[in-house]
Amino acid sequence: MKEIQNDNGLLRFTTAGSVDDGKSTLIGRLLYDSKSIYQDQYEAIEKVSERRGEEGVNLALLTDGLKAEREQGITIDVAYRYFSTPKRKFIIADTPGHIQYTRNMVTGASTANVALILIDVRNGVIEQTKRHAIISSLLQIPHLVVCINKMDLVNYSQEQYDKIKTEFEQFASKLDVVDVSFIPISALNGDNVVSRSMNMSWYEGSTLLYYLENVHIASDHNLIDNRFPVQYIIRPYNDEYHDYRGYAGRVAGGTFSVGDEVVALPSGFHSKIKSIQGSKGNQTDAIPPESVTILLEDDIDIGRGDMIVRPNNQPEVTQDIDVMICWFDNNKSLLLSGKYVIRHSTQEARCIIKEIKYKLDIETLSRDQNNLVIKVNDIARVMLRSTKPLFIDAYKQNRITGSIILIDEATNNTVGVGMVI
Amino acid sequence: MRIVNHLSELESESIYIMREVAAQFDNSVLMFSGGKDSILMVYLAYKAFFPAKIPFPLLHIDTGHNFPETLQYRDKLVEQFGAKLVIGSVQEAIDQGLVAEEKGFNASRNGLQTTALLEAIENGNYDAALGGARRDEEKARAKERFFSHRDEFGQWDPKNQRPELWNLFNSRKNMGEHFRVFPISNWTELDVWQYLAQEEVPLPSLYFAHEREVFERDGTLLADCEYINKRPEEEVFKEVVRCRTIGDMTCTGVWRSDATTVEEIIKEVSTTRMTERGGRTDDRRSESSMEDRKKLGYF
Repeated sequence: MKEIQNDNGLLRFTTAGSVDDGKSTLIGRLLYDSKSIYQDQYEAIEKVSERRGEEGVNLALLTDGLKAEREQGITIDVAYRYFSTPKRKFIIADTPGHIQYTRNMVTGASTANVALILIDVRNGVIEQTKRHAIISSLLQIPHLVVCINKMDLVNYSQEQYDKIKTEFEQFASKLDVVDVSFIPISALNGDNVVSRSMNMSWYEGSTLLYYLENVHIASDHNLIDNRFPVQYIIRPYNDEYHDYRGYAGRVAGGTFSVGDEVVALPSGFHSKIKSIQGSKGNQTDAIPPESVTILLEDDIDIGRGDMIVRPNNQPEVTQDIDVMICWFDNNKSLLLSGKYVIRHSTQEARCIIKEIKYKLDIETLSRDQNNLVIKVNDIARVMLRSTKPLFIDAYKQNRITGSIILIDEATNNTVGVGMVI
Repeated sequence: MRIVNHLSELESESIYIMREVAAQFDNSVLMFSGGKDSILMVYLAYKAFFPAKIPFPLLHIDTGHNFPETLQYRDKLVEQFGAKLVIGSVQEAIDQGLVAEEKGFNASRNGLQTTALLEAIENGNYDAALGGARRDEEKARAKERFFSHRDEFGQWDPKNQRPELWNLFNSRKNMGEHFRVFPISNWTELDVWQYLAQEEVPLPSLYFAHEREVFERDGTLLADCEYINKRPEEEVFKEVVRCRTIGDMTCTGVWRSDATTVEEIIKEVSTTRMTERGGRTDDRRSESSMEDRKKLGYF
């Protein structure tokens, strides 16, 4: 771990893949070269690797935290890993790449700034690569970095690299991704991971670590459309703060400033921001993803689940919601006319599935309108109707006000997640 | 453009989780061990609800084998924030015959805490217990959710956890079940220290280098005290040490260190090659020691 001096903020990135494509080696290298693996940790996995008769030290043992994962030699769940350099703190959401773990990939992708996609230069763009890219696009991860790995096995050939880059670009043109970068690496030997490769003078771009340290992520949040879902009402009930009524929440979009005219949904009452309290006392403005408490000039009725917005820029207020759903339930499929609990921002309601429009093939992007049985890991376009109006934006505009989860009332499990179209 | 730095983002995330707990549960409690992570939790809770009081009582599971400094600090903190303190006692659980004291040289009350904790949660009718566990400290904890569901026996089922996406948390449960909630999941040891330094939070003296009577067992230095059975060959000597974690005296290793200020601790933490819980003999009982204890309902 390194003390962070020039703080570029917190970057979350996701990886997906199997043991073979060098994912664990790459993560291991990032952690090892940034001195985030401790000696006792290293010695512990060295001992286990040796006991199991494995060649070398199996870095996957670092992330596979559950007994079952170690026994079966697979990653079942999302594993979170942390490291930092003097420039930034990083959170890696490491997920398994196989199709049966689509929901884990979706989970890891939901909060990521960057998707790190690994391609074995010898195999090119395979199904798993496509799946990972499609999920990154569906979940609107703002930046993709494609690492073309095992360059050492093709003599660091620029021609091979260009071929695969073109192949990926052709495929990605069908996707909704804006920012894609390519880096030729060898995770095993460390080429272009932390330090520049001496073997690829033809490559003029940055190393992977340099990219991760410097990619601009402040604009990953929506900084234009003001959205403040009210989370909790702060009422001290004491003499010093007798009439105090603060609306606590986390800014989901835009910049809120003292003096701004605002409107509260669903009541439609107007007021002005009197003050904003942050963790260091009063502040003049609040931006995503800050948690603050907003005080208004007027005493109007606002509760949890309401939303504070600007009069001339409001979300859609509707009970009919068009969403892309990823289904998570192992035991039951998504039911047409089924009723579920829906959670959106700080609201909870019930909803009914009105229509299943099509199932999306996660490898070809084709739409299947005939087979509408939606099972675990399937992705489907669905119309649902909620018992009360929700204040929604398109997921493309705002990942916070454009996302929902569905909960099974019988089991209390989270069975589906959705992105508002 | 203003950049929200990594500590502010972590702080905002933790405050968001704490407010979700206050909004989604009826009767929550904050598990307080006396260590720096639970001290951080109390400060974050104070900020989350200011100027109102922290809406959760603090729950301390007292093994009866505490460092005396921990209890002094705890009582001062409770007074400072006007918080309510609830104590769950391992000694009482032993006296009532709910658990039996471990025997032998490595006897510890660490494992017995689970029973006292589950008793306290049941007696208090708590539907959520907030804890200061972090994903970076231990491999089973790395798999933990922010909102972690527990069945009516307080058990954790790691292979059947609820997915957590965006900032949407599912707190639904049946009667008798509860949740453990971990607002500082994404903080690392270094983040905690940097934040405590930035906020100038006073800390228990145990974290700073001091001279203490210690002895060595299995490569770890332990503080000499009446609660540990020493082997005849284990000799007590004086050493300048500090704690990196604070738990029960019987299982908390101390480290040779000269760090007497938070700044020196940050320097030490950012250059050390040993994990924080490396000195915790409770984690070293087996490769899945933490996972096994967590399944039963441990912190």
